[in-house]
Amino acid sequence: MTERIPGFSTLAVHAGAQPDPTTGARATPIYQTTSYVFESVDHAASLFGLQTFGNIYTRIGNPTNAVLEERVAALEGGTAGLAVASGHAAQVLVFHCLMQPGDEFVASKKLYGGSINQFNHAFKNFGWNVVWADPDDISSFERAISPKTKAIFTESIANPGGVITDMDAVAQVAKRAGVPYIVDNTLASPYLCRPFEHGADIIVHSLTKFLGGHGNSIGGMIVDGGTFNWSRERRYPMLCEPRPEYHGIVLHETFGNFAFAIACRVLALRDIGSALSPFNAFLILTGIETLPLRMRKHCDNTLTVAQWISNHPKVAWVSYPGLPGDRFHNLAKKYCPNGAGAVFTFGLKGGYDAGVKLVSNVKLFSHLANIGDTRSLIIHPASTTHRQLSDAQKTAAGAGPDVVRLSIGIEDHEDIIADLEEGLAD
Amino acid sequence: MNHDSYSDSYIRGILNTVKTIAMVGASEKQNRPSYFAFKYLLERGYRMIPINPGHAGETMVGQPIYARLADIPEPVDMVDIFRGSQYALPIVQEALALKPPPSVIWMQLGVRNDEAAALAEANGMKVVMNRCPKIEYGRLSSEIAWMGVNTRTISARKATIGGVQRMSLNRVTAPGGATAASDRVQRGDGGH
Ligand SMILES: Cc1ncc(COP(=O)(O)O)c(C=O)c1O
Repeated sequence: MTERIPGFSTLAVHAGAQPDPTTGARATPIYQTTSYVFESVDHAASLFGLQTFGNIYTRIGNPTNAVLEERVAALEGGTAGLAVASGHAAQVLVFHCLMQPGDEFVASKKLYGGSINQFNHAFKNFGWNVVWADPDDISSFERAISPKTKAIFTESIANPGGVITDMDAVAQVAKRAGVPYIVDNTLASPYLCRPFEHGADIIVHSLTKFLGGHGNSIGGMIVDGGTFNWSRERRYPMLCEPRPEYHGIVLHETFGNFAFAIACRVLALRDIGSALSPFNAFLILTGIETLPLRMRKHCDNTLTVAQWISNHPKVAWVSYPGLPGDRFHNLAKKYCPNGAGAVFTFGLKGGYDAGVKLVSNVKLFSHLANIGDTRSLIIHPASTTHRQLSDAQKTAAGAGPDVVRLSIGIEDHEDIIADLEEGLAD
Repeated sequence: MNHDSYSDSYIRGILNTVKTIAMVGASEKQNRPSYFAFKYLLERGYRMIPINPGHAGETMVGQPIYARLADIPEPVDMVDIFRGSQYALPIVQEALALKPPPSVIWMQLGVRNDEAAALAEANGMKVVMNRCPKIEYGRLSSEIAWMGVNTRTISARKATIGGVQRMSLNRVTAPGGATAASDRVQRGDGGH
């Protein structure tokens, strides 16, 4: 007997959800509760000892959040997920499970600016030391590996757009080094790119962006690929050593191929506390149901807008891998065959002043610091998010004075283009 | 029969039919995986019989421990092998000698022995290898989804409750996607 594997759009609507067993409610209920009653002292003991499956306290688990976790795990093809308060929280929890003070990890230097800050500053305070590598030169990852390296981190499509990481090549470096490969798949979403198929072991998301998709909720997700053998070299004590917090159980031996997701929940989230509100989980779940429809429209619109803008006389350059001729176009075709995402940057010949003028002139685009909304968004990094940097630092970060970043929404592309045309007019 | 993957209906059929399970290699140590699985299955209503020659005569979660399958004073529906793959063949031979013999041989996650499986199947037994009955119960009932685990099932049918924070195995589902990654590691050839 063969069992049919459902397609991506079916999973986007159904995975993790079922009619509520008590009321028959078809939409996923918002379990807005802090805690759950125990059936008996024995039942409580089994729950606290991780011997049975169930809910104790919403900081550690919540049935609405659980639907979201299974949904994203299914879309990514992973074994388990953990929903948390934000994309940044997801990163803290992942590294908490991997790193000891003094350890190192290798990260692509083409990352969302907030992640660069987090790694350079907050993580350093924990004694977790980032070593930067250049995705344009894979051998720089190899050279950055040391006996202290515990992980490699890249984005699939890097924010602010334009860079596609050669994940197969980075995964080979990770395999040779015997460390897990973590991919932030926020900009692509699992609809456009599936990092587990390219050697990733752990995926993180800012659900705030395309997965939620409507600009209404901050959230983050960790997905366990089930691919990494935590016990082989015994370098990850959270996974392969007896845990004093849980009477000496060894998580990898007990939970097998979803042990990493469990470690993130019962060791990291439990103690660090960055839990997701079930109301946010509900909104994000509703967003995910239309992820395939939205991503198709986002990508179609973005290609049309990028093509139009690249022909505009005031525009010096456009960095969008969806455009034939872009230096990442071939990698985009390989890793994101259904579209190169909806975020890209371009340069204005008029420099800083022209950027300020454009963001001040547009009427349909929202001038704000987010991406992955149904609405089209615009930002001029040099005058906002990267304002505090020197010009040289701005340029190195891909946020030179002339740079404008767009996140294209799902409005009619004629209206998006008309707004830009008017905004660029004298 | 192909033992690289099992249909949900095959596994559900087994877990819905067997009532008495002898667990060979059950450990009384509360932090061992076999203790977790034993206690969980006991709480789900199975009659659980621990087999461990080093602790015969003692009890585990209130159940008397026997040294060998042959010492069990009642019929057993399923033998769950919580020992290394190399011990599976003699355990199947012992199981075959029982009167009546069990109808299912189940080898735990990480345990696979094709020769033992062939012998059991030649004698009309059903075989599952390299799976955990606790995880499969949790997956097919959907209880394990509370831990964020991908159950690889989907359903538009109302699930049935089995008690406080308990879901019944009697749930109508369609397959819910593959985790090629997980199967790779379960077989032990994909982890790095
Ligand atoms: C690629 C990427 N990763 C992580 C984050 C951080 O996510 P959050 O804002 O949900 O903490 C962002 C936010 O902009 C992002 O773009």
